[in-house]
Amino acid sequence: MLEHKDTVEEIKVIVFRLNDEEYGVEVSQVRSIEKMQNITRVPRTPEFVKGVINLRGVVTPIVNLKTRFNLGEEQYTDATRIIIVAVEDMEVGLIVDAANDVIDIPVNTIEQPPAVVGGIKATYLRGVAKLNDRLLIMLNLDKVLSPEEIQAMSSMER
Amino acid sequence: MDMNQYLEMFIEESKEHLQAINENLLELEKEPKSLDIVNVVFRSAHTLKGMAATMGFENMAHLTHEMENALDLMRNGKLAVTSNVMDVLFGCVDILEGQLSEIIESGTDSTNDIKPTVDQLKALVSGKPMAPPAAAAAPGTSSAAAEATDSEENIGIEFNEYESTILQQSRERGYNAYKIVVRLSEACLLRAARAYMVFDAYERIGEIIKSEPRVEDLEEEKFDREFMLILLTESDVEAVRNTGLNISEVADVSITQVNISTNEKAVEQAAQQVAAAVAAPIAMVENDHHEATSPATRTAQSQDNKKMQLGKSVRVDIDRLDVLINLFSELVIDRTRLESIASELGNQDLIETVEHMSRISTDLQSIVMTIRMVPVETVFNRFPRMVRDLARDLNKKVEFIIRGQETELDRTVIDEIGDPLVHLLRNSIDHGLELPEVRKQKGKDATGRVELVAFHSGNHVFIEISDDGNGIDREKILKKAIEKGVIDAATGDSLPDAQVYDLLFHSGFSTADKISDVSGRGVGLDVVKTKIETLGGRVLVQSTLGKGTKFSIQLPLTLSIIDAMLVQIADEKYAIPLTSIIETAIIRKSDIKRVHKQAVMDFRGRVVPILYLEDVFNIPRSEALDLEEENVVIVRKGDKMAALVVDSFIGQQQVVLKSLGKYLTGSVFAISGSTILGDGQVALIMDCNALIH
Repeated sequence: MLEHKDTVEEIKVIVFRLNDEEYGVEVSQVRSIEKMQNITRVPRTPEFVKGVINLRGVVTPIVNLKTRFNLGEEQYTDATRIIIVAVEDMEVGLIVDAANDVIDIPVNTIEQPPAVVGGIKATYLRGVAKLNDRLLIMLNLDKVLSPEEIQAMSSMER
Repeated sequence: MDMNQYLEMFIEESKEHLQAINENLLELEKEPKSLDIVNVVFRSAHTLKGMAATMGFENMAHLTHEMENALDLMRNGKLAVTSNVMDVLFGCVDILEGQLSEIIESGTDSTNDIKPTVDQLKALVSGKPMAPPAAAAAPGTSSAAAEATDSEENIGIEFNEYESTILQQSRERGYNAYKIVVRLSEACLLRAARAYMVFDAYERIGEIIKSEPRVEDLEEEKFDREFMLILLTESDVEAVRNTGLNISEVADVSITQVNISTNEKAVEQAAQQVAAAVAAPIAMVENDHHEATSPATRTAQSQDNKKMQLGKSVRVDIDRLDVLINLFSELVIDRTRLESIASELGNQDLIETVEHMSRISTDLQSIVMTIRMVPVETVFNRFPRMVRDLARDLNKKVEFIIRGQETELDRTVIDEIGDPLVHLLRNSIDHGLELPEVRKQKGKDATGRVELVAFHSGNHVFIEISDDGNGIDREKILKKAIEKGVIDAATGDSLPDAQVYDLLFHSGFSTADKISDVSGRGVGLDVVKTKIETLGGRVLVQSTLGKGTKFSIQLPLTLSIIDAMLVQIADEKYAIPLTSIIETAIIRKSDIKRVHKQAVMDFRGRVVPILYLEDVFNIPRSEALDLEEENVVIVRKGDKMAALVVDSFIGQQQVVLKSLGKYLTGSVFAISGSTILGDGQVALIMDCNALIH
């Protein structure tokens, strides 16, 4: 593993699943991975905001990524996880269908995303990583979780 | 009124402002064209002026006012930022700093001579040729240096009246006064200890009447390698030098004879004053030695007293308090959890222990909360003096009324709210109230009324400043705004009153016809607005022409633990702050009336609109509920009310305020935050103010 680093820069990525696609977020942005738990609904917010949870004393907002990207109905199973990510000093939990892998990917395998991947606009993506037979969609969390976005969305809801 | 309790606050704030001015002037020197920086300096100077005037430090207020004049020209581009201008400004700051340290030591700002600098500032403002640079520099450096030029015999040390008298008297008695500069060797580690030994040695052969730095600073090792002291002794120079050099680690002792023939008259006068002041001439005649020292020890004593007064309270970093409160919040959550576990288990011992713990933590909680909460009185109390002085300066008669001074606010808010209130009060008295003659002509009482009122409402504290003056002249504002290019003439007429009043808060806007010492540059209101908004509050203006004006400041309660009523609607639980609740009630469905499609109820003779929280919050419900009666919580915002329909009341409880997380903060309707319940679930806290329009 270490020898590889000398040649190509690598990043550690948490792999999660939405429907049948695999996505990745950098480990440095992930605080923890939680099991599904009771979520307190917050009224009059965009549909993808599922509410808030008590994360060890800190009230943390939860976003359902599938609803966020219009990827179909939410279905909670035993594999459903909440990935707590941090963008700057903002912490948000993301509901995903499964999260069970941590891999190293060489930076040079990340390619510019096509305009739309699996229904997600390119602005929300950092790129697509090709690894042997796997295709990993790298999310740009800064864009996905930008506060301007939620404010625009919630004013639309009203 | 006792100003002492505000002195410390004044000192701290002034230090901050002076620091800010210094830093910004340095920035300005680098970027002479930046008007933003001039504005920042201007505001600091303006605030400093207001504070100094409030505390009655007239010299300081006078100097800052002149400074402001120069800065005003600078920001209007009428005065270029040259090195000369900067020198004068820096000189001002030096003097202000000198004044401040004098205020700290002796409680007055009067001894420093501000005239040369004031004259320079006036010269700048009037555009007259500048004083030669040499003269400009002298008063700028320090007042001590300025006095040094008066007399060649002066040795660059300033003596106060007591000291001069002692010097004078001891000389008559054949004592010598020496200025001794002691330099410690580089290898010296325990400098304070060495300084003490030097003092000790000299006190055996004479009296030390002054030292620089002060003894306290020397004890705390607040000096480098050198310190100076003034010694009165019968010994000759050589003996004095040897006394010093005999102490190990003293590298050098340089001695100058102090000649105090300067300004005999003044000193004599001072001597008389001192003699008069020391009403009971303690041991004046019996003991030569004592006579010389008694005034000196007196000053020392009075200084000690000052020190002790300042030492009574401890200043704690607000961040540390925040940590304390956060930790305590966690404890409160666990306490609630423990209580429910104990009652489930039913073990008597456990229940008793938990009860005891609850009591202790309740006490602890009230202490923790009161640490941060301060009655607005601490800010309000300094205003009557200011209002009186202002009224006198402006030849106006003012009846000043304060109500609700017991209202408590978080310390952080209290610290910030002083300046804006000063601005608003000055504004009311200067711009709002008319002169007594004008008032009589209008058929009003010659004495104007200014009211300062504070009260709690819901999650907010309101502070209102109202006057019965002339009100705001809409046309005058519009004219001015158009003149200044803030708005164009076409849009002006159609603006609603509220928006016209808002123009007052525009930067650089003022309707005063002439600039007064009090207000009138239009800085005040724009600073007020910015400040209040950074505190998360709002400012509103209401005015009737000829009748008066009311400024309302709405501030959030930054309390982190609040009393709340927990209610349930379908499967969801919400917390309603108790401060918003008038009462809970059960009403029959048949008592609900409709007015214009709005459900209303009768509450003690008042028609109160009914809000179904289920609809407001789109709460999903699996089974429809059909009851004869509805549970309502009657809440208020100011004097408006609303009845909120809920399924059931869970009960009253103390809850810990938590934010919704940065992602959602500010974007959720009618929810001010959240809390964690005893069972670990999150409940949302309702913001009733948003529900009532």
